[in-house]
Amino acid sequence: MRSYIIRRLLLLIPIMLLVSFMTHATFRIIPGSAAHLICGIGCTDEVVEDLEAQFGLDESFFRQYGEWLGVWPDDDEGNKFSGVLQGDFGESFLNSGQSVTDRLSRTLPVTAELMLLSLIFAVVLGIPPGVLSAIRPGSLADLIARLTSVAWLSVPNFYLAILVIAFGSNWFGWLPPNFGTGKAVGFFENPIQNLETFFFPSLVLSLGIAAVIMRLTRSSMLEVMRNDYVRTAWSKGLRERTVVWRHALKNAMIPVLTIIGVQVGLLIGGSVLIESVFALNGMGNYLLVSVIGRDLLVVQSLVLIFAFVFVVINLVVDISYAWLDPRIRYG
Amino acid sequence: MAKEAALELDSPLAPPSDAPRWLKMLRLARAHPLGVLGLFCILLITFSAIFADVIVPYDPEALQTGAIKEAPSLDHPFGTDRLGSDVFSRTIFGARIAMLIGVVSVVVGMALGSAVGIASGYFGGFVDSVLQRLVDSLLAFPAIVLLLAIIAVIGNDDSAVRSFLNDSTPLPSGKWLGIPNFLDIIIISLAIGFAIAVAAARVIRGAVLSLKENVYIEAAQAMGASDLRIMVRHVLPNVAGLIVVLGTIFLPIAILAEAAISFLGVGLPAGTPSWGSDMGNLSNRDDAIGRGIWWVVFFPGLALSLVVLGFNLLGDSFRDISDPRLRGGGGSGSASRTGF
Repeated sequence: MRSYIIRRLLLLIPIMLLVSFMTHATFRIIPGSAAHLICGIGCTDEVVEDLEAQFGLDESFFRQYGEWLGVWPDDDEGNKFSGVLQGDFGESFLNSGQSVTDRLSRTLPVTAELMLLSLIFAVVLGIPPGVLSAIRPGSLADLIARLTSVAWLSVPNFYLAILVIAFGSNWFGWLPPNFGTGKAVGFFENPIQNLETFFFPSLVLSLGIAAVIMRLTRSSMLEVMRNDYVRTAWSKGLRERTVVWRHALKNAMIPVLTIIGVQVGLLIGGSVLIESVFALNGMGNYLLVSVIGRDLLVVQSLVLIFAFVFVVINLVVDISYAWLDPRIRYG
Repeated sequence: MAKEAALELDSPLAPPSDAPRWLKMLRLARAHPLGVLGLFCILLITFSAIFADVIVPYDPEALQTGAIKEAPSLDHPFGTDRLGSDVFSRTIFGARIAMLIGVVSVVVGMALGSAVGIASGYFGGFVDSVLQRLVDSLLAFPAIVLLLAIIAVIGNDDSAVRSFLNDSTPLPSGKWLGIPNFLDIIIISLAIGFAIAVAAARVIRGAVLSLKENVYIEAAQAMGASDLRIMVRHVLPNVAGLIVVLGTIFLPIAILAEAAISFLGVGLPAGTPSWGSDMGNLSNRDDAIGRGIWWVVFFPGLALSLVVLGFNLLGDSFRDISDPRLRGGGGSGSASRTGF
């Protein structure tokens, strides 16, 4: 187990190096460098050269990569390293040298809270109905749960998000607090307003995952309830509650936990859409604004961060899977 | 094939196998009403996509100054938007765009994915390691982030991909099939197809790995067949079924992906009658949120939801038929896996 974790952690290094190199290469082969974009139409070669020198775009491909990564010294004396490895994600080309790290520290909490709340919603909305529909297969509750889960899976979350705001504002006169200003109140400043801001975005983002959790809980429970030890539990005369929650559910949860982990990674993608609709100033929105403005260095750094979070989550899922089910042995 | 076999598994009272085909189909349909509903949704949208020109009462891009922001009525079943375009006509043409992007990106994705997957699985060794590390690092990006990154690279007006498509291929650069900016549709499809290929390559490689242990592969090698011939004539036909299944799984995902990026405003240019951009268009959003003009976003989204619902229901039914033990339990839903 320990050697497995160590090996997986070590494997993380080459993968992230490859990812960072590919991101860098991709954003450097684009014709029309960032300097052209800033300078606009009808600018002279001299201005472009000046801008390129200012942003270090005139240096060699590998030097740029090294400086971005933080393994190549920024100045010629060779003793100042600052790059991704040192936690410095560079500066925005377009917003006159705004620090990416700075902006990240403000957008990260928003996205983190959105994802955490969605996860809680998904578990609460997914597991109980899944268990219920598995212990009464074919009942009305089962049918309702199954139809609900298909509906949740099928309605795209960004569509639902916009309907929530549109119908909320027109029929109930409700808008998310500070809608349009992009300011989110911190949880510790004003918990009620904070939750009012995050309730619907998280709920909308969670439904698709809740549906997946519900369906998997159901099929996993159905499978487990057929096992001998469940029959033994029944024949001992245990109450249904004990059989279901104590004996069956614990074992049925293993695949469910895995899928929750996979889905958390996908929440990252969903947050881009939901933050855009609810005008939340999170990382997803930051990425989107940078893509639209073709602020390539910011996009490059953000893409790397998203990939890093995604890979780490997948790693944690794999490790927890091995830890939960001792029968699984990774060689 | 699978359907007939499943009937016999389904119940001890399965009809004798000499029952006429239509009767079997009918019984199957009665056993899976939700699947039939799903099929109906898909057929409805496909029909709209193919016969869009005939169905629409108005030109989807026509700006009728006399009918701006009208509520749904007999004249305009889905109302009109802020420019006076008929939302019903736009939604119908949206079906054509969605289906076109879905099919093109799935074809691109499956072609690229199976080429990489088959080569990787068949050659093994060094080729496999290199290709799989590449796939690993591409899978490290959340799907939508990868798409945004690809579009940031190939989507701009002077990108190499765009000028290649414009200059060196016979693709129409303007309006075609009633769709404006036809080239943009191809570029978006390429981006989505690439993202699909990454995921598909992994799955296909896995299938090829076990397939190549078969004796007939060895026999072909012993007969002196070239690697290319073996891959095309012996491996490909045996993973063809898998490729088709993957394609149907990825079709709604591709449609959702297009809607999502157009919704974000980085996909098809504004004004294109695509469901995603009609919903995501900032003026439409403002109209819907601030002025109660809900129909401009409601109906395109409804059509999108219907397509995804159709594929989900049909997929569930097929899973039931092929594995009656699960009875609609179903693993994770296909479309939700992308995080849209």
